[in-house]
Parts: sequence; structure tokens; C-alpha cells
Amino acid sequence: MLLIHCPYCQEDRPELEFRHAGEAHIARPADMAALSDEDFERFFFIRSNPKGVVFERWRHMHGCARFFNAARDTVSDRFLKTYKAGEPKPDLGGEGR
Amino acid sequence: MRKYSVFAIAREAMRGHRGWPEQWASPEPKKHYDVIIVGAGGHGLGTAYYLAREHGITNIAVLEKGWLGGGNTGRNTTIIRSNYLYDESAGIYDHAVKLWDGLSQDLNYNVMYSPRGVMMLAHNVHDVQVFKRHIHANRLNGVDNEWLTPEEAKAYCPPLNISPDARYPVMGAALQRRGGTARHDAVAWGYARAASARGVDIIQNCEVIGINRGPDGAVTGVETTRGTIGAAKIGIVAAGHSSVLMQMAGVQVPLESYPLQALVSEPVKPVFPCVVMSNTVHAYISQSDKGELVIGAGTDQYTSYSQTGGLHIIQHTLDAIVEMFPMFTRMKMLRSWGGIVDVTPDRSPIMAKTPVKGLYVNCGWGTGGFKATPGSAHVFAHTIARDEPHRINAPFTLERFRSGRLIDEAAAAAVAH
Amino acid sequence: MQQPFRLADVGRLGAAAPVNFTFDGKPFTGLTGDTLASALLANGVHLVGRSFKYHRPRGIVSAGAEEPNALVGIHRDAARKTPNVRATVQEVHAGLEAVSQNRWPSLAFDVGALNDAASPFFSAGFYYKTFMWPKAAWERLYEPFIRRAAGLGVAPDQPDPDVYANRFAHCDVLVIGAGAAGLAAALAAADTGARVILADEQAETGGALRFETGAAIDGRPGWDWAKAVTADLAARDNVRLLTRTTGFGYYAQNIVGLVERLTDHLAKPAPEQPRERLWQVRAKRVVLATGAIERHMVFAGNDRPGIMLASAARTYLNHFGVAVGRNVAVYTADDSAWLAALDLKRAGVGIAAIVDARSEIRGAHVEEARRLGIECLEGHAVTATAGRLRVSSIQVRPLAGGAGRVIPCDALITSSGWTPAVHLFSQSRGKLAFEAETQRFLPGTSAQDVDCVGACGGSIDLAQTIEQALEAGTRADGAQGRRATIVKDVRGEVWSGGMLGTAETGTGVKAFVDFQNDVTAKDIRQAVREGMRSIEHVKRFTTTGMATDQGKTSNMHGLAIAAEMLGKPIPEVGLTTFRAPYTPVTFGALAGHSRGALFEPVRRTPIHSWAQEKGAAFEDVGQWKRAWYFPEAGEDMHAAVARECRTVRESAGIFDASTLGKIEVVGPDAARFMELMYTNPWAKLGVGRCRYGVMLREDGFIYDDGVVGRIAEDRFHVTTTTGGAPRVLNHMEDYLQTEFPDLRVFLTSTSEQWAVIAVQGPRSRDIIAPLVDGIDLSDAAMPHMSVREGTVCGVPARLFRMSFTGERGFEINVPADYGRTVWEAVWAEGEKRGACAYGTETMHVLRAEKGFIIVGQETDGTVTPQDAGLIWAIGKNKADFVGMRGLRRADLVAPGRKQLVGLRTKDPNTVLDEGAQIVADPHQAVPMTMLGHVTSSYWSENCGHSIALALVAGGHDRMGETLYVPMPGGAIAVEVASTVFFDEKGERANG
Repeated sequence: MLLIHCPYCQEDRPELEFRHAGEAHIARPADMAALSDEDFERFFFIRSNPKGVVFERWRHMHGCARFFNAARDTVSDRFLKTYKAGEPKPDLGGEGR
Repeated sequence: MRKYSVFAIAREAMRGHRGWPEQWASPEPKKHYDVIIVGAGGHGLGTAYYLAREHGITNIAVLEKGWLGGGNTGRNTTIIRSNYLYDESAGIYDHAVKLWDGLSQDLNYNVMYSPRGVMMLAHNVHDVQVFKRHIHANRLNGVDNEWLTPEEAKAYCPPLNISPDARYPVMGAALQRRGGTARHDAVAWGYARAASARGVDIIQNCEVIGINRGPDGAVTGVETTRGTIGAAKIGIVAAGHSSVLMQMAGVQVPLESYPLQALVSEPVKPVFPCVVMSNTVHAYISQSDKGELVIGAGTDQYTSYSQTGGLHIIQHTLDAIVEMFPMFTRMKMLRSWGGIVDVTPDRSPIMAKTPVKGLYVNCGWGTGGFKATPGSAHVFAHTIARDEPHRINAPFTLERFRSGRLIDEAAAAAVAH
Repeated sequence: MQQPFRLADVGRLGAAAPVNFTFDGKPFTGLTGDTLASALLANGVHLVGRSFKYHRPRGIVSAGAEEPNALVGIHRDAARKTPNVRATVQEVHAGLEAVSQNRWPSLAFDVGALNDAASPFFSAGFYYKTFMWPKAAWERLYEPFIRRAAGLGVAPDQPDPDVYANRFAHCDVLVIGAGAAGLAAALAAADTGARVILADEQAETGGALRFETGAAIDGRPGWDWAKAVTADLAARDNVRLLTRTTGFGYYAQNIVGLVERLTDHLAKPAPEQPRERLWQVRAKRVVLATGAIERHMVFAGNDRPGIMLASAARTYLNHFGVAVGRNVAVYTADDSAWLAALDLKRAGVGIAAIVDARSEIRGAHVEEARRLGIECLEGHAVTATAGRLRVSSIQVRPLAGGAGRVIPCDALITSSGWTPAVHLFSQSRGKLAFEAETQRFLPGTSAQDVDCVGACGGSIDLAQTIEQALEAGTRADGAQGRRATIVKDVRGEVWSGGMLGTAETGTGVKAFVDFQNDVTAKDIRQAVREGMRSIEHVKRFTTTGMATDQGKTSNMHGLAIAAEMLGKPIPEVGLTTFRAPYTPVTFGALAGHSRGALFEPVRRTPIHSWAQEKGAAFEDVGQWKRAWYFPEAGEDMHAAVARECRTVRESAGIFDASTLGKIEVVGPDAARFMELMYTNPWAKLGVGRCRYGVMLREDGFIYDDGVVGRIAEDRFHVTTTTGGAPRVLNHMEDYLQTEFPDLRVFLTSTSEQWAVIAVQGPRSRDIIAPLVDGIDLSDAAMPHMSVREGTVCGVPARLFRMSFTGERGFEINVPADYGRTVWEAVWAEGEKRGACAYGTETMHVLRAEKGFIIVGQETDGTVTPQDAGLIWAIGKNKADFVGMRGLRRADLVAPGRKQLVGLRTKDPNTVLDEGAQIVADPHQAVPMTMLGHVTSSYWSENCGHSIALALVAGGHDRMGETLYVPMPGGAIAVEVASTVFFDEKGERANG
């Protein structure tokens, strides 16, 4: 069970309180109507699924209920950073690989 | 290939089993192949075997970063069934079941396909409706699947708890009698041996680290930890690592990789005659020929390549098992492990050509790939050899996510594979 | 009762009370503090089981958790039968009943041993090569036979009356293993003030100090020191000491699973006492002090009862006061077995000979052995053994060549060295490093905050062990150099030497590597010969290391033999992955309390108890229990539902709709938000009006639906499906928080705050009128699809005028705590007017008569609003809503999609099977072309015929067409019809 730092609560809490919510930084296009089929596919279905650092969303379901973002290494499952929704991708320096 | 038989065993017994040849060769990679298959699991080795047997292509390498059969082939709970809802799914899975039935003889390797029946439990009115929809569709597709009352389910699987006082009482079950299990390692080894005998090079400890493409964009080969290897066609059959490999060719795929855990109990005398799956209570269980209860359930919630997962997932799986089989609390978990499963948005696989010439992909089997092994390998070999899909895998394209023509078994069934 | 092998004045059980127990029905006596193994050995019993494959007689090999052979069934009572219990771990208690396993008819005479005679055929992987002809025989003959032969113990066949507990804990330092290293580490950590948990799998702390007579710490014998430190730790507030507790799994971010065994050692546990407790400990730092496991020697006939590990014999002697024989031979390649021999000799046990495979042996222990007159054979190997149910002699030969000789003995103790128990370290994803000189895998780079101290970290010196442990215990608090604990005068034994693989084995012999799974050195060589080059292949092909002991004593031997065959160094062949659990863990401990009612919570509405009192039948919908129907005396479900359906349309019915999901959407931008989340237009919906809303996923498929009331300009009362409530709120929150964070909207789940009482039928207004205050119920003032706030029975209420039945209807929302009171008042008014209570089944029938869909029944995640005939619910002039773009994809607008229609059976009395498939030509061959399926099907009492809804390809263009539903008994002809079967003009809802 992972231990996750909620950037809103500023607390390390067990995974049971959280719900994974898919890849982060995939913004819903402002002009959905104008989206091509290809762009829609990329927005809704295509995922980077990296072996290494993934930027992903979590929701502190049984806590503050906020969605937030995390950078996690999918090989070790180690969290490099968690940060609030809307913040840009953090610079992970050497850790980001 | 020296034929296996009881007589061969008797002969070898006389000389201490010192005369058995290698089941498969371990050659050095050649400079160039007609076809490279990336991934020596059941699907990949099977693809090489059918390419050689049915399409006369034998200049093939199967590249494996670890040891053959060491990925999901050797980590799954070996359930085989074909009672899927949609025609497309029933098509591929039933094609596989037909090949399972006779695979031992075909490969001259006992893969221990054991059609002991797969029973899926219905715990509420919605389950009943969904399973009956499957049963009716399967009947008209020629796929066996029948409805059992709770009492009939109990008769088929005596340890089952059908008490109306259970948290989710059993309201009935769908039974596919030709469903069952097989010995996972034997599937990989049997295909490896048969493919090797037909001239296929199986190259283990050889990780693909790049896919080379020519000026016209077509593939020309792969970069590996054992050097550059050329090929006119490349088939990616790498399960959880499919995204990583496809990205080497510049193709983005709709996949996410999740940890899937499974476990076995200590071996006991026969106590569990069939396979039981429950989506509502959420677990599945069978007993291996060795006597171990083989148990699995859902994935962890986050993507991962770690091949491990959380203990709470195992706990919840066992909660479900002892809820259905309350006598099993004193049984002991002997071993647990994790695999990486590649999941598509519609929970159906992709077996298709790709936008890159000469590159083919067979992935997205999620938690249910083992059962399809022979069928998937057979039609994927066809796709590579002819550069066009077989009728059976034609619907399982990459493009369906653009058009919306999904094969959404998960949405339709709300049943784990 | 005699215990002929219990020595007076040896060991620590001393004047312990005798306890009576049985083994295979035969009564025995042991002492309190014995394990089953030590008690049996005290009685001279070595034969305790039969092996998995060849059914060879097997004895006790070890004195601990690594035991491969001595597995027994323990029967406390009919419902408490536990298979595959290690006799070396199970403590004896009065009345303990143990039985041997995998034998028939008896342990001494087992028919299955015929397998042993036929063993030349049963080589590694033989089953992959045969049993294929004739094909049908696998299923009918071979496999059933194999299954019966396989397995070990017998699974329990009754529900387990025992309970299992579960705890989470946090600490600064978790120490696993309470031998010298673990105790020292815990002591040092405790002295820094850290919160410490110390766990050990044995009944008592002390680890190897149980048998290591040469150890002294702080000027005391090692065991005495261990007892003193343990007492000290146990008395401290910042230390939790757990014995009989195994650390079995090391998971991400320093969470370790432990299982504590609470009652298996008790004769009469209190009935409420849990049998086991699962601990999940999150530790800032973990100190692994898990010791090392002694390996047996691999040689021909090394599996006979009476052949065991040297450390085991030493433990039985020094701790339990039991001699494992009267004339004990020793076969070793390691110094520690010499110390065992010396202890035995000094206790008066005869030592037949010490055979050491090493060519040069020297040291104080050798001199001492010679001084005591023991025959010492260096550079020799044991090449055979004799004795059917117990070893009676060994054959010994010089490794350099030369004649062999036979040495009689009644026990043989062996050691080929010690394997560090790096299991948990490896599970923590730490990297192992191979030390070529000592041929050991040792902890290398850590992946988590963990230290390995003592033998598991590779130390073979007690002083070094203690030093490491004190440091690790101190470091654990992050307080370097503040070490307060002082331990002086550490003297230990030095165990050097050891070997892997075989010293010498002839051909055609059974030199066992893995005892339990009957894997021999020959099997491993054969696997390599057959092309198994990875150790994982060797393991899977031979099954070595896959038995219940997971190869604790055998894996390194298997690896070494494979490496030798391959001509490769050991690390290149690889090491099989260490997987949790370290030792087997009961399902019960892992499931804990999550059983029966606690498996998943049961959700009940405030009106549940009323329905129960009325004798309602209930159905499970998600976690909810919902009243399904209310049978009156003599009624079956069909009759009850028919009556309820009739009554609602003739008079009225009262329905508990409390399980519906409810979300309060509030804020200045609430309407804008609703516009985005639902297909419908909301901006112009007047305050006090309601609208049926359809929610899509971004891909355009129906996700949920429900009636939404506008309570105020900035406030919507949204309802969702019963099962959909949590995911709909999550879906809304997701968009609100991450895509539309600028919208000023708040979302609150109110599902459990409101009890909802639906009153439906021509007399519904009459029923509620006497109870309602402050709301004008006239059609003019409160038309269909409107909402008002007022009071009902004096309770603040939201009153909806809406209908899921097609009748004039109301839904009364009152605070949940008043739910039953208000329900009873409504019921009293209803009864006066001939109303009934109805359940979900009648609700389903009535809505189907009107063609209203149920999301999840008419839809399945692949249905668009157009498919479901809900195109009218899509706002025509909306710039955006979730799902709008997805809906326009090629396949979603293609012709021939499955569309919702009604079906009328040609025979009005035939009720179709829900889920049945629909075809155009019932005579076509299988596989048939299916056009769709029946989503809902009922007998309609109000229509006087059956009704059905179905999704049919191109259905909207097939009105009036005849299609077929092929059933096993023949095809049923149906006519495609409107989805509305009753009151087609929809007049009744308006009054």
C-alpha cells in the first residue's frame, strides 16, 4: 500500500484514502467542437504509459476530496513529488530521468 | 524434434534420462531475419510457430529480454473460457478454445488443457440479466454456456456457499463446460520447442532497445542489448511493455499498464473441481493439478511496471474467497506475485497492422490474455504473413478508438475477464 | 509415559509439566514448551510424513520454519482442521491431535510408495511428455489420477468458527527477528526513545542462542543475556514485543506484513479470542535480523527419517533436552556441525563418525572431537544410506577414491553451511550481491530504509553482529553517534566453511535437493540438459523450491547444480525471485474481520425496517438492500407484483426511493456547470421546475440519468441512479476541480440526507394533501415536473411532482431521520384510499409500460442518447457539453446502430427472457446474425399482455416488423413496437 502526500492536506496518508485518476496534464480542449477525430482519440484514449516517471492524477477521496497531481516512478512506485491541480509539471532535476 | 511419448520416457528411464535433447535451441542471433517477434510469451512463441507451420516462414527470431514464458504467460491464473458477449470476442476466444482442444497433440507437448468448467456467479438481478444475455448470445454463436440455479451451481462446485444469508447470495451461475485451465509454462515451452524444431531462433536475454526504420518509414530491424538485428517485419507481442516498444517506433497506443496480482495456497488433496469467478464479490479461484488453490482478482489502481502490488489487494481478494468459501480460512497463502497487464480503453485486445509499414502489434489483452493464446497467435501469424488481418482479428484494430467502433466487453458485461 | 530420548538435566524445559497429545491416534507425552517435533523426537519418532511425489518416508529435518518434510494435519475439532502444519513450529498442548498426511492406508505402509519404485519413469517434467494418447484420456483418466495423487493435506470442509483480527501500526523502528542481532538492535533503538516493534516467529526470543552454547554476551551465556534483554524490552513503554509473529511480506514504502499466532499453542483458547492477528506496520526504518538457514548435504539417500540438519539436532538437544539418536553420524562441509557433534557427545550421545567433505579440516573443534575419541573422516563423502523407515547406516567413501565402508547409526546430522535469510530484504526490492568467496547472496543496495544485521546480513561473528545491530538500532532514529547502549564481552562461535551442490553422487541415485517436492540433483541436471538455462526455468520444470517451504534449505543447492551444469558462475544463472509470504499465511488472517456482514457494508434506507416488518422481499442493488416486492398472504412474486402494478394505476402506490443518488449543485455558476455536465439545456429552466437530465461520458455514451429540480437560481437538486451516485459525484468533481475550476459551484452529496417517498397514482395528491403545508398542490400551481419547498407532517420537505410510472406522482424528500415517521403518515393516508406499498419490481414494470429506460439495464456503456430514443434531451443550441464531441464520431452516427424499441410477443402471454437475443431469420445456421437483445421484459397486468424493451439494430426503422427470439425450445415471434405500452399520449401524469 502506497503512502501518498496530499499537497492540500500536507499529510502523508495511506493509499486507501486515495483514488487514482489517470494521466495528468491532459487538458480538455477548450474548443471541443472543432476537435478532429484524431485529436479526440489522442485526448481521450492515447496515454503515454511510461516506464519511468509518470505524471498522474490522484483524488484524496476519503480526505479533502481534492484532485491533485503526482510524479511517480512506475518502476519503483516511488513518488517523486505531489502537487496541486493546475500547477505546471515540476522540474524533477536529476530524478526525472 | 524427438517425439515425446510414453515409450520415449521408458527408453530414457533405462539410461537415467540422460539422452533427452534440448527442448529448444539457444542460438546466437543472426544478422537478419524475415520476421522478428518481440516477446517470447505464449502469444509470441505461438505466432512464430504458426508462421512456420502455416505460412512457411521459418527465418524468424523471437527476442526475449528475460527468459521465455517469464512474463504474463508464467504469471497468470490460466483460466480458459470463450463465453464472451460480442461476436468479435466470441470469435477470437472460441477460435482459441478450439485450438486448445488438441494443442497437446499438435505440439507433442502436454499443455494439460483441462476443461473442468468455468462457472461465473450471479449475485444480484443485474448479474442475472447480464449473464443470461451472454448465455443467449453464446448459444446463437455456437459457444457453450448454460444457466445453473444456485442448487445446480452447488452440485457442480460443492464448496460453494449458497446460503441466502451470505452478504451477496448466489442467485445462479453461468457455466461454460469447455472452459477450464491449462499448464501455463507448458504452453510457452511447447510452442518454443515446436517453433525451434521448425527453425525459429529463440533468443533469450536479448532486450530490444530501439526499432529501426528506413527512409520510407518501414521497419528495418531492431537494436538490442545483443546488437543490431535486421528484419523486414516486426511483431510486437510484449504485453505490459507494448507501450514502451511501440513508442520506439514512434507509435502511440491506447494502453495503460497495471499491476495484477495472483496467489496460490499450499497444495491440498482435490477439493475444488472447477473454476469459479465472481465479479460482484470479486475474485476467481480454481485448483491446480498440483493441489494448490489458484486465486486472483482485480488490478491495483495505479499504473506500474514494478511487478508488485499492495497487500490490501490480496486481502480484498481473500475476503471475497472466504466469503464464497467459508471453509478456506484455515488454508494458507503459499506464494503471491504480480504481473503487468496492458489494458485498452474497451478492455479488448489490439491485433493489427500499425501505421508503420512492417510493424504489427498484438497487445491489450489486459487480465485475460492467456485463454486466447493459441487463437491470438494463429491469427496474428496470418496478419504478419499476409500483411492483412485474418477475418477473426479484423475488428481488433488500432483505428477503432478513432471511429468509436469499440468492442466494449467491460461496459457490456461489467465482468472481469 | 516414557520419553526415551529425553535426557535428564539437559535443555531448558527442565521441570516443565508433561502434556498428552496424539499422533495418528497414538497417545504420546511431551513437555510444556515442546514443539510437536521435539515431543515426537523425545519419544523416538522420526517418521512423520510422506513426500509429495514418490511417497517416500520422511522425518523431521529442521527445528524451525524452514521445515520441508514434517508437515502434519492438526485437528482441534471437526471444523478446525488445519492441513500442512509444520511439526517444528506447532507447539504441543494438552489434547493436541496431529495426523500424518499424503499416505494410505498408514504412514508406515503407504500404497503410494509404489511411485517410488516407478520413479525412473517419473523424472522431472515427465508429465509434459506423455498422457497425450488417446486424447480423451487426459480429461477422463490421467488428470483425475494425477490430481488424486497430488496435494498434501486435506482441506477443511466446514466453515471455520475461529475469528481473525487485523491491526495497523506505526513505529520508528521495526525489528524482525529477536535473536542476538534483533535484540541488540531493538535495545539500541529503544534507548534512543524511538517507538520500537520487535517481532519474532518463535514462541520465545533468542534465535540461534537457543542452541549456540559457545555464545556469551556481557559475561553471561547468550541465552541468559537474551532473556534479560527481552525482559528489559518488554517492560518499556516504547517497545512492543511480539512473539509467535512472522514478518511475511515487505511492501512498498516500508510497510511490513506480520502475522501473529494467538491460539494454536493453547489447549483451550477463550472462545472470543482471535486465532491470528494480521499486523500491517508502517515503519520509518526497518531492521532485518532474520538470521540464516542451515542447508542439508545433497547425497544419495539423504532423505531418510533420522537424517536432519545439525543445527536442528543441536536445538533439540540444548533447548528441548532431546537426543535425536543414540548413535549419531555427522556429514558436513561446515564447522557448525562439528559443534553440534561435540554438544551431543558431551551430553552422552554416541557419535558414529564425523564425515567432512572438505579435504583439510582444522581448528579447536576438530581437536576437541579427536580428544573425545570421535572418528573424524576428512575428504570423505556419504554415498548411500540404508534403513526403510529410519536411517540405520551410512556408506562412506573417500572423495579422492578408494574403498567405501558402512557405518551403522540411528541418526545422521548434516550441514553444508548457512544461507542468509535475505527474503524480506529482497522483497523490499533491495538488490542482492553475490559473494563468490563464501558463495552467498548478501544484501546489497537497499531500495528502502532498511538495515540487515547479523547472519542475514552475512555476519558470521557474534561480536560483529552485535556491533552492527547496535549501530543499526541507533541509526534507525536518525541520531547518529548518540549510541547509549553498551554491550561488552561478546564471545561467539565461528562457523566457517560450507558448500553448495553435491560432493559426490553416483548415477541413478536419489540425492535430494528439495525434499518436499522430491527433486533430486539428477532432476536439475536433466532440466539443464533439456535446455532450461534460466534458474526460473529449472525451478518451474523440476518444481524445486516451489513446495510449502519455498526452498529455504534447497534453493542454493539447486542453483549451484544448475550453474555447474551450465559451466557458468552462479550469479549469471540468476536467482529466483523471493516472493511474499516468507512462510505461508492463512487466508483467515489476511481476510480478518471482513466476513459476512462485514465483508461489505449493507446500506439500508430509513424505511427499511418498516418494509421488513411488512414482510417485504429484498434485492441487492449495489450495497443497498431495496424492497423488491411486498407479498401478501399466499402471494408469490408474480401475484404480488401484478397486484401492486394494478393498485398503483387504479389508486396509488407508495415507494421508497431513498436509495436514489442526490447531489446538491450550488453556486452562481451552477446552471453553467449543469449545461456542461448534462446534454440538456438548463439555463432557462425556471425555478421550481424539473427536467429529466442525461449525463454522458466524454465518448458520448450514456453514463447516468435522473430528474433535476431547480430549487433556486443558483441551486439544483440533482438525482442520480442508485448505483451511480458515487461515480457521478466523482465525475462532476473531476470536471469542476480540474477542467472548470473557475466556475463558482459547490457539490454536496445529499444521498443519505434525504429520505424519498414516492407516491404515485391517480389518488396520490389526495393522499399527501392532508400532510402538506405551505404548498399549493393544484395542477395549476404545481404542474407535472415541478418542485416546491414546504413542510410535510411538519417536517421541512422538498416536494417533487414527477413520475416514473406515468401516473400523477409526487416524491417527498424529507430529512432522513424523519423518513420512517413521514412514511408511516403517508401510509396511513394511503391505506384509507386503497393504496399499496410497492417495491422495485413493480417500479420496473410500471416504468417499462411507459418506455422509461433504466441506465445499466437498457444501456450498457455502449448506448448513445440517439440509440435510447433520447435525442430530445440534447440541447440543440449548446456550444459544449461533456460527450458532445464523442457523439459525433463516425461509428456513433453510423446507420444500423442498435436502437431502443418495444417488442410485443405474438402470443400475449409469452414473457421473453431478459437478455434473449433477437434475429431476423430463426432458421439460419449457427453462428446466427444477431440484431440485438431484450433489455427488459415483464408481464404487464395493466396492459393484459407481456411487454419488452429491446436494443435492435436499426430498430427505429423496423416498426411493425416481425423478428424472432430463438430459444432452446423454439423461436418466439415478436413485433417491433413503440417503447410506450400504456397511456401513449402521456396524459395521466398531468392528472
